Amino acid sequence: MMLDIAMHILELLMNSIQAMAKVITVRITESEKDDLITIEESDDGKGMSKELLERVTDPFTTTRTTRKVGLGVAFMKGMTEQCGGIFDIRSTEGVGTWIKATAQRSNIDTPDMGDLGEMMMAAIQANENIDYIFEYITDTNSFVFKSSEIREQLAGVSLLEPEVLIWIKEYINQGIKQAKEDLK
Amino acid sequence: MKSLEDLKKMREAALKKVEMREGGKDYRVVVGMATCGIAAGARPVLNKLVEETANHDYNCVVTQTGCIGMCVYEPIVEVYEKNGAHTTYVHVNPDKAARILAEHVGQGHIVEEYTVDAAKKAQEA
Ligand SMILES: Nc1ncnc2c1ncn2[C@@H]1O[C@H](COP(=O)(O)OP(=O)(O)OP(=O)(O)O)[C@@H](O)[C@H]1O
Ligand SMILES: [Mg+2]
Repeated sequence: MMLDIAMHILELLMNSIQAMAKVITVRITESEKDDLITIEESDDGKGMSKELLERVTDPFTTTRTTRKVGLGVAFMKGMTEQCGGIFDIRSTEGVGTWIKATAQRSNIDTPDMGDLGEMMMAAIQANENIDYIFEYITDTNSFVFKSSEIREQLAGVSLLEPEVLIWIKEYINQGIKQAKEDLK
Repeated sequence: MKSLEDLKKMREAALKKVEMREGGKDYRVVVGMATCGIAAGARPVLNKLVEETANHDYNCVVTQTGCIGMCVYEPIVEVYEKNGAHTTYVHVNPDKAARILAEHVGQGHIVEEYTVDAAKKAQEA
């Protein structure tokens, strides 16, 4: 099964949301110079025990009960390893979780980036109370989105208003496009 | 160009809508968004539901849930009515999602052919 990078990250975001995070940060660095895509996703959720952390990159690990296999983390690890990258996960119970995954930009197996705006929209739609920080960085530019700033501007109106969600998606994709202008 | 300034206008429009409509929305539309769902295409379905709801101002809120426990039927969309009744739609794609909103939420008619019952019957036949 081939997922684009945005869908892989959305899996990580959903895990962080389920882990009761209050702040979730996604940083995507696309470097032409280093021929590298770097994805960092971190949260201040409940974290994992040493035992669970050791097993979590194994596709047969999950704490859910409705289905036997948990796929999010293991899929992402498999993807990065196939694409000439590395995968690193650190987690502390009661503190949070940090994941870093890289992939070679020019590697033929590296999936498309996918729709990052839509990815953030889906995460916000899943839980609007979390503070999401999204950063997209290239060799010379960067774009930062913070859901807390949007919430402030809306002053009491929900982020879940469909017009707002669509605006967020388009605003993020516009910011990425601008930051990308130096990438080929 | 989109800028944070746009949000002020959206805020005012949203507040106006709330004033006009007392007592919440009539329908709740829930999308299953666990790994099975995302991989099976729930993300474009969610996107379509949000877009269509904004464009047509349907009387519903769109929300998400985790694994519904019926992975083979993903993507799944459930429509809840105010009286508690709910309909489960299976193998939903963006086009089907638009039709479910138009007919079920817009006009109050269940789209029988997309329901889990119809899918089960088709399997038995
Ligand atoms: N950010 C996180 N914080 C705390 N626990 C996590 C985090 N990410 C993963 N886990 C733990 O690791 C387990 C495996 O995660 P994974 O995404 O692989 O599967 P899952 O979430 O259980 O199921 P699926 O993603 O398929 O719906 C989770 O059930 C959860 O217990
Ligand atoms: Mg998961």
